[in-house]
Amino acid sequence: MGGKTLYDKLWDAHVVRTEADGTTLLYIDRQLVHEVTSPQAFDGLRLAARKPRRSEANLAVPDHNVPTLARAEGILEPFSREQVKALDRNCQEFHITEFGMNDQRQGIVHVIGPEQGATLPGMTVVCGDSHTSTHGALGALAFGIGTSEVEHVLATQCLIQKKSKNMLISVDGKVGPGVTAKDIVLAIIGEIGTAGGTGYAIEFGGEAIHDLSVEGRMTVCNMSIEAGARAGMVSVDQTTIDYVKGRPFAPSEDQWDKAVVAWRELVSDADAVFDRVVRIDAAGIQPQVSWGTSPEMVAPVGERVPDPDQVADPVKAAGMRRALEYMGLEAGTPIGEIRLDKIFIGSCTNSRIEDLRAAAAQVQGHKVADNIKLAMVVPGSGLVKLQAEAEGLDKVFLDAGFEWREPGCSMCLAMNADRLEPGERCASTSNRNFEGRQGQGGRTHLVSPAMAAAAAVAGHFVDIREL
Amino acid sequence: MDAFTVLDGLVAPLDRSNVDTDAIIPKQFLKSIQRTGFGPYLFDEWRYLDHGEPGMDCSNRPLNLEFALNQPRYQGAQVLLARDNFGCGSSREHAPWALLDYGFRCIIAPSFADIFYNNCFKNGILPIVLDAATVDDLFRQAAANEGYRLVVDLPAQQIRTPAGEAIAFEVDGFRKDCLIEGLDDIGLTLKHVDDIRAYEERRKAEAPWLFRAIR
Repeated sequence: MGGKTLYDKLWDAHVVRTEADGTTLLYIDRQLVHEVTSPQAFDGLRLAARKPRRSEANLAVPDHNVPTLARAEGILEPFSREQVKALDRNCQEFHITEFGMNDQRQGIVHVIGPEQGATLPGMTVVCGDSHTSTHGALGALAFGIGTSEVEHVLATQCLIQKKSKNMLISVDGKVGPGVTAKDIVLAIIGEIGTAGGTGYAIEFGGEAIHDLSVEGRMTVCNMSIEAGARAGMVSVDQTTIDYVKGRPFAPSEDQWDKAVVAWRELVSDADAVFDRVVRIDAAGIQPQVSWGTSPEMVAPVGERVPDPDQVADPVKAAGMRRALEYMGLEAGTPIGEIRLDKIFIGSCTNSRIEDLRAAAAQVQGHKVADNIKLAMVVPGSGLVKLQAEAEGLDKVFLDAGFEWREPGCSMCLAMNADRLEPGERCASTSNRNFEGRQGQGGRTHLVSPAMAAAAAVAGHFVDIREL
Repeated sequence: MDAFTVLDGLVAPLDRSNVDTDAIIPKQFLKSIQRTGFGPYLFDEWRYLDHGEPGMDCSNRPLNLEFALNQPRYQGAQVLLARDNFGCGSSREHAPWALLDYGFRCIIAPSFADIFYNNCFKNGILPIVLDAATVDDLFRQAAANEGYRLVVDLPAQQIRTPAGEAIAFEVDGFRKDCLIEGLDDIGLTLKHVDDIRAYEERRKAEAPWLFRAIR
């Protein structure tokens, strides 16, 4: 009998009961709630005359619909306004703590959870949002759910689940200079494909992962879903524990030592057995740029847009041709010659303070290129924004010609007013380059914050290692 | 939730892999706070030539006639034939709501994204995984025969073709029972409330910090 993986341990600690066929009632420690995927869940509770089992285990925040400009004027778009109001009403009725739109702690749900210590190592964390995997960076089991399950968690504090298989993605050795967490995860998705992780919980391990800060690990875990896996996680080490210490909802002083002892166990045993192991050489990873309409369509910045004619699989080649047509790109074009219209630095993938510092470092003393119609920075939370302003990063961006906005999901999915117009091409630090994701007809290239910032200055993609 | 037992339905093909939930129902329609009314906006960016916004009357919008679901022969389809990794991307349950509201009760594909697959069962939609060669053959049959229908028999875990061929499929036993009975998951879980309470007591003693209130 082999040892346990991190996922096995997290799973086992949360089993309420298991049926003979493996169907498990799994206890959920924390639910994060936002305005888009919760209204129908609250309606369901009302219809069945049910109450949340533990309202204090939930934390709510509006993020998808909120404007990033002129917030004092409220939300002008009526559907968005109604949805955010519905969240306010529901939280009030069901006694759930909400950081409202004008609360300084408001921000993207996956930024504020760890920032507040509301998501912790060893927890099960869910949210009606596929990027919930972000919180796995803390050594938690965190995954996205649908609205019916949001209602189920509210009513029962549990979910009916079947266990996933275990996958280890080990990024061995050290990455070179200029290669960030975003490049690591894009390279992983390029390697295993967007369905490579389907049916698995992924543990990201290896030296290059543990060399990352917790924020960097969040960037990696965030995009687990783009590799098909609902959950991604990183085992607990001293970096994790140092990150959590002192956060508002972290364990109280008298429980801290006991918590740390428990968290130290949150690593895969040396003899743990994984169903699949993928090893990636960190030294071989280069800054990545997505060229197509699926996150697996990535290339190193120094290479060219690939040619579908060179691909044997006819279904894959057809998908590539369709993507190139949508993206308005010719096969063989050097990535560095792709000219951009807009730059978006933000989203639950890359809007934390370290992301903003990395972007600002590229921008310092430069101006946004003339061909860039809009370059915007959307901090992940009000507190990230304050921190950045305390460090003078806002000035760096504003002086260069960037816009400095209020926190929210913004142009990652364009539910608010921030969006691409048809045909516009954007370097984006977000997570999805699907057709229409950032606005109907918009063309998204996924990159790291440093690469997006450098592209803003140059007007096209550049290899930040050559600057 | 409507129960699902045996469906005799017209088949419509959607011949693309990696169909994501942004494509199934674009973000602007997620602003609705209802569970219904998404059907007219299903695949909005592929189905119409203009830009759709919530609340729009779709009856006079220009249709993309190249999109399969707009062809007269597929009107009224209840079985959607799809390719690999159907439903990838965002966890939005608006995607199965839109498919259901449009009229689909069954989706057949070689593979599905996890969250979408799970969300289907919560809404009375049966997602069926078949091997790629079988799905390929169904695509060919549906293209060759106008009015091609399939009988999807969930209790027997079998699809029957017009030619009389029977194709077996796998489905999780618990999910199957819930679909056949149209059961409410929450009601089922609440039967185990004593177990939940016992778990909470034990866990509170072991790891009290997990119960720190968000207040």
